[in-house]
Amino acid sequence: MAVDALQPATAHAPPAHGPAATGETIGVRVALIAVALMFFALFVFLPLVVVFLEAFQTGLQGFFAAITNPDALSAIRLTLIVAAISVSANLVFGVAAAWAIAKFEFRGKSFLVTLVDLPFSVSPVIAGLVYVLLFGAQGYFGPWLKDHGIAIIFALPGIALATIFVTFPFVARELIPLMQEQGTGDEEAALSLGASGFKTFLFVTLPNVKWALLYGVLLCNARAMGEFGAVAVVSGKIRGETNTMPLQVEILYNEYAFTAAFAVASLLALLALVTLALKTLLEWRFGDDIATTNGH
Amino acid sequence: MEIRIANVRKEFERYPALHGVSLDIRSGELIALLGPSGSGKTTLLRLIAGLEHPSAGTIYFGNEDASHKSVQERNVGFVFQHYALFKHLRVADNIGFGLKVRPRKDRPSRAEIRRRSSELLDLVQLSGLERRFPAQLSGGQRQRVALARALAIEPRVLLLDEPFGALDAQVRRDLRRWLRELHDKIGHTTVFVTHDQEEAMELADRVVVMSQGRIEQVGTPDEVYDQPSSPFVFAFIGESSELPVTICRGQVWLDDRPLSIPADCVPDGPARLFLRPQDVAVVDESAGAIAGVVTATHRHGGLRRFDLAIGGAHHRIEIALPAADSGDVSGRIAVLPRRWRLYPAGERYSKT
Repeated sequence: MAVDALQPATAHAPPAHGPAATGETIGVRVALIAVALMFFALFVFLPLVVVFLEAFQTGLQGFFAAITNPDALSAIRLTLIVAAISVSANLVFGVAAAWAIAKFEFRGKSFLVTLVDLPFSVSPVIAGLVYVLLFGAQGYFGPWLKDHGIAIIFALPGIALATIFVTFPFVARELIPLMQEQGTGDEEAALSLGASGFKTFLFVTLPNVKWALLYGVLLCNARAMGEFGAVAVVSGKIRGETNTMPLQVEILYNEYAFTAAFAVASLLALLALVTLALKTLLEWRFGDDIATTNGH
Repeated sequence: MEIRIANVRKEFERYPALHGVSLDIRSGELIALLGPSGSGKTTLLRLIAGLEHPSAGTIYFGNEDASHKSVQERNVGFVFQHYALFKHLRVADNIGFGLKVRPRKDRPSRAEIRRRSSELLDLVQLSGLERRFPAQLSGGQRQRVALARALAIEPRVLLLDEPFGALDAQVRRDLRRWLRELHDKIGHTTVFVTHDQEEAMELADRVVVMSQGRIEQVGTPDEVYDQPSSPFVFAFIGESSELPVTICRGQVWLDDRPLSIPADCVPDGPARLFLRPQDVAVVDESAGAIAGVVTATHRHGGLRRFDLAIGGAHHRIEIALPAADSGDVSGRIAVLPRRWRLYPAGERYSKT
């Protein structure tokens, strides 16, 4: 591929050959690598291994018995539904917020940027409590909701709302810096060629951010499936009804059903690993394409 | 397509970018908007395109008022400074983009779009590169693809923003000539923005010199070079030296010495004398000439350039003489301008 001298330099500079000014001695390199590896082994790899070991403590049969338990199946189903709802909601909101922040100027823009980051800084438990305060039986809208027979807290809508709140930043955060860097040049070109706003978005803006969007969705999905704090507050932990997988794991663990707890936990970990593998696969398969659209 | 710009003003967040600009662009003309950065030339181009809307004033396309039309409705071909090619589309799809996004009833068939884009690739001399991605093209090739893409929609006017700004000198020269030929062949009304006076002078039928949101002068390259209407234009186009002089009853004075050049119609009072390095002749020291001491010489191709310190080293001017017969020029010399301009000192001026 031709070296593109005219584009703004991308983050990937070619590696320098020979001893670079920033090169370290062998000893330092080995020490650094060893520290990083040990830390990783101790804090990431070991727990993951333990999860899977514990899950299969009573053999394959115990594992399958644990995950085919009706309550476990219901938790899995609920987790997937909630993830699907929050990912699609945040896809729409995230793209809209990123578009607004990156592509035009308006009053209160920095306020919006701060709001996007809010879920990162607010404890998920507080997020959950806010929804209880709003929609709970004693909350602001509680009586009205009750009169109309709408259940939000201790039901799917509440869990979805809490999860959407917690996972909101992922898509937007992934898109904003990229869209800001890309500017509005391509959009102006498309408009000057007669494209409508929607076609410009579809044929120009979206392809330019597709990889960042995909990463955002994957991260958002991983977090949505794993969310505990906010969901714990709003779900009510009704077995077979409002328990998501993380909640189910906690309940089982508290009841000393270790094998069952770890079986569900291993499933959750597996979903995370699949997400990670998917991301790596995409990077490997479309590396060149990602580089040209200034993705990661 | 004639374009008429009438008293157009543009402000960005109360910061004025253009102050009441008027300009008539003739049909089929190749016109350059020339000025230093911040002169408003790109803003004017974007206003013509409809990428910006004027704060006041009107832009006419032919006889219709286009001021409030959107960029899509104006049907202009715009070539961006950094080309803005769609990175994810192949060359052929980039060129066909403007046709593909038309509403269904006006959209040519897929085969027709393909035929048109390969025709345009021929026109810009890039046949065979249909399947390439923009990242696989050189700067000059990208520039031409951007031009082909803009031409694909059969625009009423072609607008180019710093079309050669990002290219190296050799490619720039070639493309300039090629663009001129292309313009003569297809005959679009073409407006381009540049800060490179050489580019404007070589390429354009008429040059619009701009400074600080105003048009300083509109004229053919000869007119703006030979009869600059303001000190800014004189200093901006070509090389120049400036001397502060005083006019007193039709006589030009440099410090306390009278110069033997007529004061034209410049009123009495302080004034500024502009001359170009090559428009002087060395004379035997005599009354009425500009006397100075040579402080430096440089050989410059067929010319020899001299820095002169005039009147106790207060003023510096530069002159250029044919190298062949100026080998022995040194020390104290006197020069007489052959061509010059005088401007009253009050006139707005900003050298860049």
